[in-house]
Amino acid sequence: MKGYNFAYLDEQTKRMIRRALLKAVAIPGHQVPFGSREMPLPYGWGTGGIQVTASVLGRNDTLKVIDQGADDTTNAVSIRHFFARTSGVRTTTHTAEATVIQTRHRIPEEMLLENQIIVYQVPQPEPLYRLEPSRVETKRMHALSDYGLMHVKLYEDIARLGQISISYDYPVMVNDRYLMSPSPIPAFDNPKMNMMPALQLFGAGREKRIYAIPPWTDVRSLDFDDHPFRPINAHQACGLCGAIDSYKDEVITDDRGGRMFVCSDTDHCERRRGAA
Amino acid sequence: MSVPLLRTEGLTKSFTLHLRGGLRLPVLGGIDLSVEAGQCIVLSGPSGAGKSTLLRTLYGNYRADGGKILVQHQGRIVDIAGADPRTILAVRHSTIGYVSQFLRVVPRVPALDIVAEALIGRGPSPGEAREQAASMLLSLNIPRRLHGIPPATFSGGEQQRINLARGFIAGHPILLLDEPTASLDADNRAVVVRMIQDAKASGTAIVAICHDVDVRDQIADRLFEVAPYQEAA
Amino acid sequence: MNDDPILAARGLTLSFGVIPALLNVDMELYLGEILAIVGESGSGKTTLLNVLSGLLRPQSGTVTYRDPDGVTHDVHGMPAPMLRTLQRSDWGFVHQDPRRSLRMNVSAGGNVGERLMAQGARHYGDIRAQALDWLEQVEIDADRIDDLPRTFSGGMLQRLQIARTLVTHPRLVFMDEPTGGLDVSVQARLLDLIRSLVARLGVAVVLVTHDIAVARLLGHRIAVMQRGRIVETGLTDQVLDDPRHPYTQLLVSSVLQA
Repeated sequence: MKGYNFAYLDEQTKRMIRRALLKAVAIPGHQVPFGSREMPLPYGWGTGGIQVTASVLGRNDTLKVIDQGADDTTNAVSIRHFFARTSGVRTTTHTAEATVIQTRHRIPEEMLLENQIIVYQVPQPEPLYRLEPSRVETKRMHALSDYGLMHVKLYEDIARLGQISISYDYPVMVNDRYLMSPSPIPAFDNPKMNMMPALQLFGAGREKRIYAIPPWTDVRSLDFDDHPFRPINAHQACGLCGAIDSYKDEVITDDRGGRMFVCSDTDHCERRRGAA
Repeated sequence: MSVPLLRTEGLTKSFTLHLRGGLRLPVLGGIDLSVEAGQCIVLSGPSGAGKSTLLRTLYGNYRADGGKILVQHQGRIVDIAGADPRTILAVRHSTIGYVSQFLRVVPRVPALDIVAEALIGRGPSPGEAREQAASMLLSLNIPRRLHGIPPATFSGGEQQRINLARGFIAGHPILLLDEPTASLDADNRAVVVRMIQDAKASGTAIVAICHDVDVRDQIADRLFEVAPYQEAA
Repeated sequence: MNDDPILAARGLTLSFGVIPALLNVDMELYLGEILAIVGESGSGKTTLLNVLSGLLRPQSGTVTYRDPDGVTHDVHGMPAPMLRTLQRSDWGFVHQDPRRSLRMNVSAGGNVGERLMAQGARHYGDIRAQALDWLEQVEIDADRIDDLPRTFSGGMLQRLQIARTLVTHPRLVFMDEPTGGLDVSVQARLLDLIRSLVARLGVAVVLVTHDIAVARLLGHRIAVMQRGRIVETGLTDQVLDDPRHPYTQLLVSSVLQA
């Protein structure tokens, strides 16, 4: 597309973001500030993820973009077209064919491999955001590995509700050192992050932070010994493909209370139906 | 046994009242006192002569200006006059006990616990300590119904008996008693005299201030005269 | 009792602009003893406490701490993470205003359990059991464990703060006017609690207070401060009953007799 650099961002910006990415990969789970640029869509629509994708995309890459697991929602389609037009790279909806996957709020069901990069869109990178209003203080807590406050929150949940109530954006401990927000993926997806063969990159455009988990890194969801982490999922099978162990969306089908559960990961569901 | 448990050499003490423009009051001058195990010395002398001051200085409550206060403490001799605070606390814990004229009331602590506390770190378990404290209080005619009450509302005599119980129960080798029978009736006076005599019999060295002549005659082996001190001009 | 002090300071000097807050202050504290630091406003006692606990850096002088292994550390020379760890585990700080250290939107149990969790405790049942035990020790009703501190009275908040601080069995505790601002009857209860807990746990305490009666009740030793200097120090009953320094005599004679 005329008038724009490959994948929209200029090379200097890409260089700046790549430096941030290198630092992030070197310190798994640690938030690295970066100079977030003006993008052709407002904050809250994935500008962080887009900037990271733009910086790592190469001519030979194949890009997949999903939003809540689906390739066909408006935002996923828009972002995919955006990159197609500004870089000319191949795009796909098939997880196994992609080399770069940008995602909002889900990890694909299919296991990701060493040649793949997954880029998460992050609204709020600070896992202690709701517990400690001061950024100065949270920076100090990360620096000194002082995370008692987060465990207190989990304790409070169990004391008040009998169980930990966090269902998405469930805090994790990365490489046994940094407390990290995995972005608003469902808690169900957290185990996929542990020892993932692919590179995981996180971009928060509005908050101007980048962080990363290198391949094969220890990622553990916080819990107590006597209240271990349990991923939550609907127990119904997918109404389209019959899968029991994929993450499901609940779809209201009529105005009389009719509903069905379908796989959130559209590609996964299609493949299962294709194979059936 | 002729080794004194407590001995002073040339003990002097004066007070400097800075709020009175630095007025200096010499009270004790060159006191040489000696007390052996099983002995009771009663300090005599007119009111204001410095008997209380001497007693408090022996305990380390007042600071000596000169001279020595030598105490047999756990097999060695300690000079209270020059000792650091931790040493004095250690000596007070295991060697010297002091029964003041008035009970200093600690808010909220029941009479029984005030006495039992004196046994902490001396061997008995908390349960045993409270039992011993209870029988000590009973022997001093403090009935059981008062044991669980903080003594702030007790009569002067009752408070003093609690004070005495606390002082005697720990079994210190040296006891300093300031008017032990002052606010007591005849019966309780007799009880205290017996306690002092029992303590002497078990080897306790006692220095006491006692204005009651009867009691004094029953407990004192010697009188030690404390005369009002006049410094050479 | 070991012969070496657990905490020692030499030549502490600190001025706020032209105002001298500390002038060449020395002190020592031994395990199992309570040192009361008394003085009026502006004496420097709170500044001294803050310097001793590492919260404020002196302009000259050193503060040294002897850890459980017997190794001596320079409090203001040690790396920030190490000091922070110390403050979370081996040390405790009881503030005059309990709201400064308590989390008001976290339950009583969560407040007490936080230091345990910060140290790596990961068994919910154990943490809760320890919290219950400590609430009992500070005489807070067990069924308040899930209540928020905003429903507690001043005295209860202070007792909760004490539980929260002592739960990790620190060897050294700094206390800044722990009974300040509380009703007299509440003070008595709190002082009694502090007295027995400290005696039972063998904790070393630096206690700052302007209240001579509190110093007399709790302190083994006392240091009297005036305008940045320690003017007199020694055995508590000795300094208070036989004061030598003119300022100490003034202070003692000013105490109202109830």
